Amino acid sequence: MAAAEIDVKYVAHLARVALTPDEEKKLAAQLGGILGYIEKLRELDVTNVEPTAHAVPLVNVTRADELRPSLPHEEALRNAPRQANGLFIVPKIVE
Amino acid sequence: MLNQLTVSELAAKLARREVSAREITQSCLNQIARVDGKIHAFLSHDAGDALAQADAADKELSGGVKKPLLGIPIAVKDVLAVKNQPLNCGSKILGQFISPYDATAVEKLKAAGAIVFGRLNMDEFAMGSSTENSAFGTTKNPWDTARIPGGSSGGSAAAVAADECIASLGSDTGGSIRQPAALCGCVGLKPTYGRISRYGLVAFASSLDQIGPFTKDVRDAATLLGVLSGADPRDATSVPVPVPDYAAALDGNIKGLKLGLPREYMIGGLDPEVKAAVDAAVKQYEKLGAEVVEISLPHTDYAVATYYIIATAEASANLARFDGIRYGARIDGSDPIELYAKTRGAGFGPEVKRRIILGTYVLSSGYYDAYYLRAQKVRTLIRNDFLKEFETVDAIVTPTTPTAAFKIGEKSDDPLQMYLSDIFTISCNLAGICGVSVPCGFTRSPKLPIGLQLLGPPFGEARLLKLAQAYEQATGWHREKPPLTAGA
Repeated sequence: MAAAEIDVKYVAHLARVALTPDEEKKLAAQLGGILGYIEKLRELDVTNVEPTAHAVPLVNVTRADELRPSLPHEEALRNAPRQANGLFIVPKIVE
Repeated sequence: MLNQLTVSELAAKLARREVSAREITQSCLNQIARVDGKIHAFLSHDAGDALAQADAADKELSGGVKKPLLGIPIAVKDVLAVKNQPLNCGSKILGQFISPYDATAVEKLKAAGAIVFGRLNMDEFAMGSSTENSAFGTTKNPWDTARIPGGSSGGSAAAVAADECIASLGSDTGGSIRQPAALCGCVGLKPTYGRISRYGLVAFASSLDQIGPFTKDVRDAATLLGVLSGADPRDATSVPVPVPDYAAALDGNIKGLKLGLPREYMIGGLDPEVKAAVDAAVKQYEKLGAEVVEISLPHTDYAVATYYIIATAEASANLARFDGIRYGARIDGSDPIELYAKTRGAGFGPEVKRRIILGTYVLSSGYYDAYYLRAQKVRTLIRNDFLKEFETVDAIVTPTTPTAAFKIGEKSDDPLQMYLSDIFTISCNLAGICGVSVPCGFTRSPKLPIGLQLLGPPFGEARLLKLAQAYEQATGWHREKPPLTAGA
């Protein structure tokens, strides 16, 4: 778990962020420092402590299953970088 | 100058028909023309649209319509959707994005009669403490333009401090309202998690983000909070707790209220002038009849580490939506994965990439339990520290920041040092409680504002603001204006 182990290239691929070799090098050093600092959480005993995902304990917030107005089709497409026939255009996924 | 007045002062003048909404709006626009070239608080603003809204407000005013913010110009951080206006989050990746709808907070401002205008600068996707991470240039502190205004809502704080608008909205994930408010010398309120609907707020860390106001005094913060609060079916995390009349609670009587002073906050890095200002504020509270006791928040030292795991993990998931498919800028690739990576590599700035990658790492297979799950457990310990102390104290008093505003460039190469500047504000978000920063003095040379932070229990804003206002009215620090503004 040593901080130096972070494989920036691999994690950047998982995150779908293209990095230049320069960025990779800089990030590896910076993240190493930050992870080193974060290691201090290991000092604490967290046995039998429940994790907090949200500070306000709301559960099962539901609403009536009713038809409501939504964003008009053309409005939803208005900011698309490429579109045609009311659809988003993307590169080919399957041959 | 009308632009220097508060919401309550202007509302009284408007009600008496002494001034028009157009005159108020014009005085804000004039101030922007005069000073924004020096501070760059605004990314853009549509003067014609603001004046048209002002004319509509004047028509309502002459018809006898009464609304809490009728005719008051309020600007918003570039992270909130305002219908038909640009939305960039201080980033290049959104390209020429135009919001198709209003955020609930914006809808509520408009319904209350406010003139909603302008896009205020911020650190990209609210990640930062200085606005140096904006893709569109750094905002400068109105008190000293060689210094940062704080962040991430630096534009929102600078615009209010420089009287370019009467109030503004920002968002606070780890201090992004309170820290810039402290550094620019205005009032900044982070309400309890769930108090204000976040529909239409671009998400950074969903378990921490909260919208809040920047104002020139505490009364205005109370007025805006009343307008903005309430459950919203479009945000499942907004909490159905009744909304009290916050402004009515400001009666100045704080006799017998109990304030806690956490011993863990008197750390080594605390600037002596900041410490002296906070000590003086505590004495002032005693003079006003409050009781001050020392308390302990034993897990304080773990808050920054906990925050940078939880916030980056949530950010890595939230920012997955910026993929160049449905909106924003796109850089083509031979397949979708290459398109995503190229678009995101070119569209995000260095701090956002750093956090997405850190967040992806702490969530990745084999590290989840060691980092993310452990951080969530430490978060419970931090929250319990606060809830335990709130059984005996009404509010907790701390400095908002360890130092006054630092110089542009001073910390931009050292992310960890930048993160540590949030040390006093971060716990509030982790615990889901409310907090406010109010001006409590100045450093001597250069003259820079210092902020006092008050933290209150969940949904305890009414008492928190009452405490803040009693101090503010007894001292008057909030009335000081930066030379840049006063010289106009």
